[in-house]
Amino acid sequence: MIRFSKYIWVYFLLSGLVLVSGVFSLIRWGFRPSVDFSGGTLIEFTTNRDLSADTVKQTAAALKMDVASVQRAGNEHYILRMKPTTSQTISQLVSGIQSVNSVKVTIQSNQTVGPVLGRELLQKATFAALLAITAILLYVAWAFKNIKFGVAAVVALLHDLLVVLGSFSLFGHFLGVEVDTLFVTAFLTTMSFSVHDTIVVFDRIREYLKRDRSRPFEELCDLALTETINRSMTNSFTIIFMLTALALMGGDTTKWFIIALLIGTVSGTYSSPFIATPVLLLWDRWERSPRRRPAEVAGGKRSI
Amino acid sequence: MFKNSRRVFILLWLLTLALIFIDLPENYHVKFSAFGHKVDRVINPPTLRLNVFGFNIQKTFKTSLGLDLAGGSDISLQADMKDIKPADRLSALESAKEVIDRRVNFFGVSEPIVQTAVENNSYRIIVELPGVSNVDEAIALIGQTALLDFREFTSAPQATAAAYTIPSLTNTKSVGITGKDLSRATMEYGQQTGTPEVAIEFTGEGQKKFGDVTTRLVGKQLAIFLDDIPVTAPVVQTPITDGKAVITGNFTKDAASALALQLNAGALPVPVSVVEQRTVEATLGAESVAKSIRAGAVGLTLVALFMILQYGRLGLIADAALLLYGLLSFGVFRLLGITLTLPGIAGFILSIGMAVDSNILIFERYKEERWNGKPWHIAIEQAFGKAWDSIRDANVTTIITSLILYNPGNWALLPSSGLVRGFAATLLIGVVMSLFTGIVASRTYIRVLYKEKE
Repeated sequence: MIRFSKYIWVYFLLSGLVLVSGVFSLIRWGFRPSVDFSGGTLIEFTTNRDLSADTVKQTAAALKMDVASVQRAGNEHYILRMKPTTSQTISQLVSGIQSVNSVKVTIQSNQTVGPVLGRELLQKATFAALLAITAILLYVAWAFKNIKFGVAAVVALLHDLLVVLGSFSLFGHFLGVEVDTLFVTAFLTTMSFSVHDTIVVFDRIREYLKRDRSRPFEELCDLALTETINRSMTNSFTIIFMLTALALMGGDTTKWFIIALLIGTVSGTYSSPFIATPVLLLWDRWERSPRRRPAEVAGGKRSI
Repeated sequence: MFKNSRRVFILLWLLTLALIFIDLPENYHVKFSAFGHKVDRVINPPTLRLNVFGFNIQKTFKTSLGLDLAGGSDISLQADMKDIKPADRLSALESAKEVIDRRVNFFGVSEPIVQTAVENNSYRIIVELPGVSNVDEAIALIGQTALLDFREFTSAPQATAAAYTIPSLTNTKSVGITGKDLSRATMEYGQQTGTPEVAIEFTGEGQKKFGDVTTRLVGKQLAIFLDDIPVTAPVVQTPITDGKAVITGNFTKDAASALALQLNAGALPVPVSVVEQRTVEATLGAESVAKSIRAGAVGLTLVALFMILQYGRLGLIADAALLLYGLLSFGVFRLLGITLTLPGIAGFILSIGMAVDSNILIFERYKEERWNGKPWHIAIEQAFGKAWDSIRDANVTTIITSLILYNPGNWALLPSSGLVRGFAATLLIGVVMSLFTGIVASRTYIRVLYKEKE
């Protein structure tokens, strides 16, 4: 048996460092929203010679223009979406495409478009996420016959979500990574994965609680963690293999989406033994602490 | 019959064969020669034609791909702002966008893009629909105003069963109940007539208003107008105070459900008209799709090898269950017409990695039971039994999450649109399928195929 419970301060210190820097970045710099959230400019143009969407995108990238997407609407006709842009930048882009690909570009229209993921949907999604978290708390509390388990699972879940949010705020500030609709999906995946993993660890603690009531709670938790650590590692490895392959070989479009998933799953696996279980333990210790006992007894007397 | 593992095993094989058939690639050209025979044909997934009790069911098993992978239709709608004050135009456009967004989603198109577009004095809404086969129908639906109005006759004619007065805008006046007072509209079949009709339910306030109006108009006609056109003008028989009513008319089934849908989604604040409709190509090149699939294949191979390395022959069985999981989920995506986007595919590949988790849990239990000195066939059955508790609780929470995000009841407080809903659908299918393959399938494989020395 490994005495995991002896090093609770190490886990909290480690998580604390990640969380504090992430939350600092969230408050100080926030996110870098992509055109999905902010809306931007939609330019339609035609050329006298057919180009592939990839060619147009590469040309724009070579000109250091941040083009979100290029779509063809039939031959020699393109729709281009980018961040809000001045007409000066657009004419730079047009002359760039013209000179690099030696074609003639005619702009058909230049419109300001609203976000794909509007405020309304974002608010509703947030509300749904909060509702789901509450439902998870209640279900876990019910399944494990103890509110402590529900709260601890949700604390670990919030930890993982904050880690994902914080790291993308840092990526945004230092690497210019944007938060888009894919990030929302990764966020939701982390939400369901985190609890999934925590429950597996809690299930073992529940089993020992039923079997052996005489042992101290700390020892039960250590035993449960020791026995589930192999499974946790194996499971994370399979997912990490998958995601690393996708991140390294999957192309630029999904790269940051996969990295968000990777951070979410790693944090999700880490938080089950090292956040959720310690929260459970600390709560248990606090309940048994001598300072609390007399108060309880006194309260009991008063009620008589 | 499910008690006998061998029978289940055979059923699983039949299922696998059927799935391979359903999951066949589209327009895949096969050309090779073997044993002196030349094979040269194009493979396509099968089309199912069934005739059940007179209903013709035709189902083609094709993957529906999202805008990023396959493109779709791009529809530009121009909003007519002449009656709107310049200061309110942007917010009117925004709310029109939201109504259209809801309608598109109710229509069953997954992962559409709906956004506003402003250029000088032109206010537009751009709707992109992935692979919609019936674009005209979609346009008719998203562009309609759907203004519901209840009106009474101004010069109250004595209505008798024999002499109905034809209602028009001039001989009637509004009673002040509109589509805003509705909480819900559904298509139903009339209890006596059996013809399609639209059942409506009022909001709390609407219920009171409707109760007052019907009390006042007993024995008189109450006309229902839709987009300023009279639909029906029934005679009020008794006051209706429970907030429920039915709109009857000469509806076809499609017309009744379209009306219900429009009433649910709300009325457009500004009239819109289609100014342009065209086909757009995919935003992602074939190259990035190929890259992702290649990466997924590498990842999968690594996972499969890792499982064999960890658990030996049991790992092989887990891999077989995974293969079934892949075939099954893909088949269900096709069956239900779930739109696949590139992130959707990445999520699907990730879910394969997660599906293996049930097997890992069971095998770890098995190792422990064996270590405690139990014979293998007892150990494996106990491992399934003991791992079940954690597998159940873990998956129930995921199912709860996906149901809340999917929002099957279309509750106004929760998202009812593309991205989140698409994600929830894939997640839900993945979890349910992984429960089946991780437990039922792998248990059967082990019972039939696996032997170990005592």
